[in-house]
Amino acid sequence: MTIAEAKQPPSGATIAVPGTLLWRLLSMCLLFGAWEIAGRIPISVAFPSFIETMTALGQMTADGRLFAAYADTLKPLLIGVGVSAIFGVVFGITMGLSRGFQWIGEPIFVVMQAAPMVALIPLVTFAYGIGLAAKVCTVIILATPIIVLNAYKAVRNANPTLIQMCRSFQGTRLQQIIKIIIPDASPMIFAGLRLGVAAGFIGVILAELLITPTGIGDLITYHRSVAEYADMYAAIFSIMVFAAVSVGLLERAEVAFFRPERKTRKDA
Amino acid sequence: MSVALHPGTGADASSSIVEVKGIGMIYPGGTVALEGLDLEIPSGQMTTLLGPSGCGKTTLLKIIAGLLEATSGEVWVAGTRVFGPGRERAFVFQDFALLPWATVLRNVAFGLELQGRDKAERERVARANIEKVGLAGFENAYPHELSGGMRQRVGLARALCVDAQVLLMDEPFSAVDEQTRRLFQEELLRLLAKENKTVIFVTHSIEEAVYMSDRIVLLSPRPGRINRIVTTEIDRQGLTSDEIRREKRFLDTVEDIWGTLKRYLDDERMEE
Repeated sequence: MTIAEAKQPPSGATIAVPGTLLWRLLSMCLLFGAWEIAGRIPISVAFPSFIETMTALGQMTADGRLFAAYADTLKPLLIGVGVSAIFGVVFGITMGLSRGFQWIGEPIFVVMQAAPMVALIPLVTFAYGIGLAAKVCTVIILATPIIVLNAYKAVRNANPTLIQMCRSFQGTRLQQIIKIIIPDASPMIFAGLRLGVAAGFIGVILAELLITPTGIGDLITYHRSVAEYADMYAAIFSIMVFAAVSVGLLERAEVAFFRPERKTRKDA
Repeated sequence: MSVALHPGTGADASSSIVEVKGIGMIYPGGTVALEGLDLEIPSGQMTTLLGPSGCGKTTLLKIIAGLLEATSGEVWVAGTRVFGPGRERAFVFQDFALLPWATVLRNVAFGLELQGRDKAERERVARANIEKVGLAGFENAYPHELSGGMRQRVGLARALCVDAQVLLMDEPFSAVDEQTRRLFQEELLRLLAKENKTVIFVTHSIEEAVYMSDRIVLLSPRPGRINRIVTTEIDRQGLTSDEIRREKRFLDTVEDIWGTLKRYLDDERMEE
């Protein structure tokens, strides 16, 4: 048998690739078509059609308003998500490896994940004022719990046979952690990071809507107040696309750096 | 004995490389898996641990491997007492235990990687062993691209790489289909005949045990004790595998062992 034969993917996967793209495009066309129709009826005076929204988006991009807004929004988002990701993954892995840290951390983060943490925004404002710190804090309290809990569960559920295999070849505890546990846990850690980044987006927009209007939150609030609904929806649309693309890129990065075997799977 | 893997080493076949002395194993929760078990494994032969399910054969193998700590008793390998895994033993896992994110080459070289050998050297050793188990050309494939039988060959090559004297194999063929299993059995015998290794092999298949091994250690059900040791005296010289399977000695030994195991099953049913 040659390697080519062995690497034959299941026949479904080969034809599914162009097909998937087609279905995705069709799904988008349906959504945007429905949006266009709903906007033209119109179902509400406050609901612009798809084309109006895209035109507004084009104008906002052209005159630089969108970029200025993103420059503001990205600051608390990147700082917050960065802090959450680093702290969350490190603390989650530590919790998975040590019972002591598990007992300390688990109750806190389970409660944080289950509770509507947004209710704490007034408290955050009280403590940190209305500046950047408060917004960063909002992003962190929303993004961290899911990242910590996923990393912790991933480490705790690392394949016991692989760990045993590592021991049988006299691997040290450090080798076990670096060469077995973390790579084995990485898909779930990254799933947590994706959910954490998504939660971070929710956090930053909430902070910009509830604390002080800046960035994208300001665009949304301002255009709503002056009834320029197309601009308002353009801002909302752009942040949704931006969030989806960021989460997608994170998945790409994961496959590229941690799961080389998935590159050979056609549609994984 | 006519079936020793290494007929030339008949003189030291009687010297044992693995000694199990009074091993007892009680799992947390109080299940007694093994009790007062003494066993000597002769060097250079294939010894099978066979018994009904739950008789503690895998437990015993993992205690010998140093992966489980026995509640009582001692294990000695090549004159040294075992307190954990060691270089003179290599384990082949039932479910292969391959790193899904690593290529065949890295998986096979993993034991050497853990020992801290440099990349060029470990890859050279790994390539030689990949060739030995018949996987040449698959060095850069990932485990999910291989069939069950091929994955177990990777597991075997990894164990061969560290050049341990004792190979511990935990039901290596149980996750492999029947045709592949028979082919693999023959190839393993051929391969081991060339390497001077002692093999301890766990299986629940009587035929496999009789076909593969020089000595069969029959364990009784929980708590596991040694029932008896069967020496398979089948003359394999010049016979094909099908001919061996039709040999009178082969069939008689299978029948004999089945008789013993069946009694255990009947006893169990009576108790219920």
